[in-house]
Amino acid sequence: MATDTLHHGAAAEPHEHHDASGTKLFGFWVYLMSDLVIFGSLFATYAVLMRGTAGGPTGADIFELPLILFGTFALLISSFTFGMGVLAMHANRVGQVKVWLVITFLLGLCFLGMEIYEFQHLIHEGFGPDRSGFLSAFFTLVGTHGLHVMFGMIWILVMLVQLSTKGLNDMTRPRILCLSLFWHFLDIVWICVFSFVYLMGVL
Amino acid sequence: MSASSTNAHGSVKSYVTGLVLSLILTIIPFAVVMSGAFSVLATVIVITVTAVLQILVQLVMFMHMSTKADEGWNMMSFVFTLTILVLVVGGSLWIMQHLHLNMMIG
Repeated sequence: MATDTLHHGAAAEPHEHHDASGTKLFGFWVYLMSDLVIFGSLFATYAVLMRGTAGGPTGADIFELPLILFGTFALLISSFTFGMGVLAMHANRVGQVKVWLVITFLLGLCFLGMEIYEFQHLIHEGFGPDRSGFLSAFFTLVGTHGLHVMFGMIWILVMLVQLSTKGLNDMTRPRILCLSLFWHFLDIVWICVFSFVYLMGVL
Repeated sequence: MSASSTNAHGSVKSYVTGLVLSLILTIIPFAVVMSGAFSVLATVIVITVTAVLQILVQLVMFMHMSTKADEGWNMMSFVFTLTILVLVVGGSLWIMQHLHLNMMIG
């Protein structure tokens, strides 16, 4: 891929940017794959430690499904609104892109708020990460995902500033596309979290 | 590039379809678990199947992963990562299960 860009870059001038952004996107995709391996190992850790409750609460005791459902909806819809933002970007409508990014940010905030409330509630009850192996693994897995969402939201803010100062150009477009991949990727990780941690945890 | 870009970036319709599908695939497992209507085994199967379907919906509808994008390298790297994941998650569970049985702990 990289050699393609080098060979055709000079010859096909109009396609140069497309190829460059394609390489950038593929590079980001590879990063996402490595991030997936991180989450995979955290899932493996959780699966191994799941029954190590050390006399503390089990998943069925502490998980509040209605709360999780609310957060899940917020994140799923935010994935959709980001998609709409990308469509607006391809239609060259900077204003619309910003509106969709703001909506996505607010939905991300709902999700993060849900997670912070849950964590704070658990720690307040005395069920913090230091209580048992199960809770350590749980906080690490869900917390790592939450941290990713937080960085995604910071990235959204940065893009909002860059869209205001630079507008849509060959520099900001690939960044928004990378961010959209990142955001959808977090959605996929969350699908695994709510399915295998929360839903199976309460069984 | 321009011919493939319309497909690669999706349309309002494909995003709406993706959203509706993923909402349905979320409600089903939550409803099954919260109602407790099925046996544990049936519930686990429902959760797993809807999760896999929903991940596919996200990958195809939202992330536009296909065998054509980036000459298939997108797909290729994903399949490679899945292999690693199966080894890491499956291997950990397998080994720890045996360790657990042999040590007779808990």
